[in-house]
Amino acid sequence: MTNEVVTKLVVDLSKPEGHPERVQSIPLTEEELAQREADRIAAEAAEAERLQAEADLAALKASAKAKLISGVPLTEAEAGVLVI
Amino acid sequence: MQHIETVTVGSGGAASITFSAIPADYTDLVIKLSLRTTTADTGWNDIFLRPNSATTNLTARALYGTGSAAASFSVSDIRFYANGGGSTASTFANSAIYIPNYASSSAKSVSIDSVSENNSTTAIQAILAGLWNQTTAITSLEIVSSSGNLAEFSSASLYGVLAGSDGIVAVS
Repeated sequence: MTNEVVTKLVVDLSKPEGHPERVQSIPLTEEELAQREADRIAAEAAEAERLQAEADLAALKASAKAKLISGVPLTEAEAGVLVI
Repeated sequence: MQHIETVTVGSGGAASITFSAIPADYTDLVIKLSLRTTTADTGWNDIFLRPNSATTNLTARALYGTGSAAASFSVSDIRFYANGGGSTASTFANSAIYIPNYASSSAKSVSIDSVSENNSTTAIQAILAGLWNQTTAITSLEIVSSSGNLAEFSSASLYGVLAGSDGIVAVS
């Protein structure tokens, strides 16, 4: 089994165009690999939070709409999503 | 607007793209991106923009729509989007980033317009306002995939914008 080598693409603008070191593919350091894993975990958490917020807002709007139609008083949160 | 460099990801992908040693010759910077990741995600993946490799003192606010909802969020990073690797084959998200006064000794603002592309309802369109609350000049910009690698043929182009003699109007 071989370990995948994760690389980054680095453009060194101090080198002139055409210079072999202007654009290089460089393996990530241990620190960069740790940051990459932290990024992955944070992105997954943020996406879960975004989806939950989206679902909560949709539920609040549906509840507010149903109450309006049936003439039931709205909560402050339900009124808040209808009145800007 | 003057073209500085375009770089395209080769086979095997790359975790990130970095423009380093950015000269202080311009007033503003522009980056145009066409990105896709190697994940199996059918929608999009977050991409982080890190001036001078910073992971702190970053904030952003966004307005976005996904085809099924429109909302906003605030985050402690500066992010935009790439197509997930499971989205419609050979499609790439498009993003434009504007960074005014990148070499100044003031905090740096960032404006981003980012859209993913997909032959389905699952796609995102977002505008984001970012802030790097540091006074050092920006000399490097990292574009980092939060999940998987940036896929082959993803590309990033860096441009410099020069102010006019009045110091305000961009002339080239």
